[in-house]
Amino acid sequence: MSSVAMWRGCRRLWWAHSPPTRLPRLPPAAAGSGPVGTCGRRAYAPPAERKRFYQNVSISQGEGGFEINLDHRKLKTPQAKLFTVPSEALAIAVATEWDSQKDTIKFYTMHLTTLCNTALDNPTQRNKTQLIRAAVKFLETDTVCYRVEEPPALAELQKNEWDPVVTWAEKRYNVTIGSSTSILGPNIPASTKDTFISHLASYNMWALQGIEFVITQLKSLILSMSLIDRHITVEKAVLLSRLEEEYQIRRWGNVEWAHDYDLCELRARTAAGTLFVHLCSESSTVKHKLLQD
Amino acid sequence: MAALGAPLRTLRALLPLRTAGRSYRDSPAYRHVLAAFRAHRVTSEKLCRAQQELHFQAATYLCLLRSVREHEALHREYHGKGERSPQEVAGLVGFRLPQQPGGKG
Repeated sequence: MSSVAMWRGCRRLWWAHSPPTRLPRLPPAAAGSGPVGTCGRRAYAPPAERKRFYQNVSISQGEGGFEINLDHRKLKTPQAKLFTVPSEALAIAVATEWDSQKDTIKFYTMHLTTLCNTALDNPTQRNKTQLIRAAVKFLETDTVCYRVEEPPALAELQKNEWDPVVTWAEKRYNVTIGSSTSILGPNIPASTKDTFISHLASYNMWALQGIEFVITQLKSLILSMSLIDRHITVEKAVLLSRLEEEYQIRRWGNVEWAHDYDLCELRARTAAGTLFVHLCSESSTVKHKLLQD
Repeated sequence: MAALGAPLRTLRALLPLRTAGRSYRDSPAYRHVLAAFRAHRVTSEKLCRAQQELHFQAATYLCLLRSVREHEALHREYHGKGERSPQEVAGLVGFRLPQQPGGKG
């Protein structure tokens, strides 16, 4: 047995026994195909992309919500639960993700599928209180509250760009946030945290998973909440989150394979998270006005 | 609310992006977006609680599709070929891996 073949065998075994927690488990027919192009890879290199093994993607309505069908096989989560989502629009968006895969399945581009899997499987086993606590903890180290003193141009940029968002959040939630140039960060009063905790408690588990995802992307509770509240767009939120990087790019130049790559990925993840929150928390109805005489 | 531009502009940009090669008019996503935009048109007969909500959602989805596409292109260009082999890495800085006459191990 050549070493390459043996290696491939090992990888197949590894796939069979421990599928990565966040990737969706595929129907059994896919398991035999194995990863491609394993030659010369190291053990911790990312798994190879799998072939697209299905032709048609459709959605159907089941008991628990909307399900995704790949050629009459139901999509399952990594923990082998049935993949079902609460909203039709979300199911359509997930189905579109699967349908837009061309020759290979690129899981790293399927953010909505990943988010649904996380919400369904809850791999970190956290309950609502723990999720909210983790989200609010970001407030202590919120990106927009940490300011620099030099260079003066960056300090001014931070003041001009971040102050309006902080002020908006303070008004919207009726809290005190403030900002700081100290390494210890701003002193956030307990009442501010309580306000955010009780606000976040009004969201359901699915939406909360999405909110926490957005917060960890933007590294900021304030930016995330202004995005969820539709105060700023995704592009703007990502720009504000990367303000210092943008400043350095303007000064030292842009590197496509690093800066643009990060930007696109961050935008995609943030947009997916925001959409996920909105689709999971809305109860949309179109009400017609009563005809008045 | 931040400037989103005209809703129709977002709709126009959104529709063709959903395609995966085949005609996008057949896809459920196309029908869903179109139906949603139609249903949320503000007319004198509809009470509009949050006029911007659907438009914000559409703009967010447009951003998602665009960014994923760009990210994928950059990934293919710069990171899609996987890792270099030890021989290649050594060659980059002008080294050669030691020869082992009897083969490894």
